[in-house]
Amino acid sequence: MTEAAFSKNEMMIVAAARELAGQRVCFVGVGLPNIAVNLAQRTVAPDIELVYESGVFGARPQRLPLSIGDPTIVTGATAVTSMHELFAFYLQGGLIDVGFLGAAQIDRYGNLNSTVIGAYDAPRTRLPGSGGACEIAINARQVFVIMRQSVRSFVERIDFRTSPGNLGGAEQSERIRREQGWLGRGPSVVVTDLALWRFDDTGEMRVESLHPGVTLDQVRETVGWEPKDAPPLSTTPPPTAEELRLIREELDPGGAYTS
Amino acid sequence: MPSRRAPARAPATTARWTRNLGSMTASRVASMHDAIAELVRDGDTVAIEGFTHLISFAAGHEIIRQRRRDLTLARMTPDLIYDQMVAAGCARKLIFSWLGNPGVGGLGGIRRRTEGDGPDRLELEEYSHFGMVGRYTAGAANLPFYPLRSYFETDLPKANPLIREIRSPYGDGTVYAVPPLRPDVTIVHAQRADAAGNTQIWGLLGCQKEAAFAAERVIVVVEELVDEAVIRADPNRTVIPGLIVDAVVVEPFGAHPSYVQGAYDRDNRFYLDWDPITKDAAALDAWLDEWVHGLDGRAAYVEKLGAERLAALRPAPAPSGIVDYGRYS
Repeated sequence: MTEAAFSKNEMMIVAAARELAGQRVCFVGVGLPNIAVNLAQRTVAPDIELVYESGVFGARPQRLPLSIGDPTIVTGATAVTSMHELFAFYLQGGLIDVGFLGAAQIDRYGNLNSTVIGAYDAPRTRLPGSGGACEIAINARQVFVIMRQSVRSFVERIDFRTSPGNLGGAEQSERIRREQGWLGRGPSVVVTDLALWRFDDTGEMRVESLHPGVTLDQVRETVGWEPKDAPPLSTTPPPTAEELRLIREELDPGGAYTS
Repeated sequence: MPSRRAPARAPATTARWTRNLGSMTASRVASMHDAIAELVRDGDTVAIEGFTHLISFAAGHEIIRQRRRDLTLARMTPDLIYDQMVAAGCARKLIFSWLGNPGVGGLGGIRRRTEGDGPDRLELEEYSHFGMVGRYTAGAANLPFYPLRSYFETDLPKANPLIREIRSPYGDGTVYAVPPLRPDVTIVHAQRADAAGNTQIWGLLGCQKEAAFAAERVIVVVEELVDEAVIRADPNRTVIPGLIVDAVVVEPFGAHPSYVQGAYDRDNRFYLDWDPITKDAAALDAWLDEWVHGLDGRAAYVEKLGAERLAALRPAPAPSGIVDYGRYS
């Protein structure tokens, strides 16, 4: 069977959605996570409970939400709560299995920046800021990250730590999380437009699979440190015709996320 | 239209306020012009809340029109309305947790005031969403701080020294604390209220309840004014009691281009069209002249938008089931 042509962004969204197989409760971040979880709900995780920080548990969106506050996440949902209840009882109370985040910068330990590029007081680029990303990273049982990789986004040192990942490495991260009573174990997977990464025993991310047509050199050229890989590298299975149809016809017919 | 609360605010840490309870059924209905003129003052801390949903653009535009100055604008998600108010010169400071045009891009009006070291540089005080929610909650509950498990191992406490680590008095570790936020005025858009200000909301609730209870003065802007009997028939849906409301303004489509659950959808075209406008200071000024200063209120704005554009935003109906509260007489 010849594979349908697909874009890098479509591959990224599909690979991220597949990671949600078997997960029960997912806290949905702004942007790319939003389309990935909506694809997962239509494919590998039909029973997944989508939680939106705007105050919705068990969303069943009938169209791709334009934002995480879209009215389609309300109609037909299991529960609508105040944001206080959502953050205090659902998130901090420990009910979230997966926090799904994007970011502008990530380091090798999965620490995330969505606040500022450059100095905080004299930014080169002012980003939107934490929103709920700070507390999602601390309180969700595990964190999935979806973002495009480039030397500007995969950096040796992030300019601002908005969301803690594995801090300076697994040993420090596990000690601090234990001492301070965090419920979250930290990041477990990073899905990009080129590859799928997981975290090793040292807390550093390493390439697990390359998306079809991508070389390890391409991955190295788009990362600001010397990345580890764990041979033998596998190839991410390409999107199926059904996954592509769902993205193109139902979720993002305008191509806002995928073009 | 005197405030129902004590006119002078006690220091936040020892806040003690008494409410001057008037008649529970006295009408609080006012025009937008009068509500803003009497309840929003230069230098106030103003919270126009609403998370994507129920954002009172109508009140923001009236504040611009009446040329309020030196406001501290609090809002979890400063988006287009605060971009417009900042560009119009109403604000000196923002208190926030996520800054942007959701799903579209940046906010040029705010960005231009946060670059460089000019005398009109906008002061920023930044939290996470839970931190902002906690600030309003502490303000509403008359507490000196709100404790939360956010901020560990992040740079946010360095960027904002009001976020402070505290030790549990019970010896089980540390948490972070954020201070109470007590707006001078909170403005909430809602589906409906009665004339006394008893306000019902459905759909996303954001932190409007917390922001209203935290505020010294409250303006409620509604799509529809209803009889008290409508409120009393479904008391679980009442989010804000008239007890804390100073003015009820009836302003259909007052949340456009944001949305009102069940009444109209977000006008996404407006958010997309805003992107080139906000990037260009002259275009933004021209927009304010045409759509705010050039109009005398929301009715004129609605007329200018046109019935066709607004009709396209109306969703198909999806009514709730009816619950039976029972009669216990």
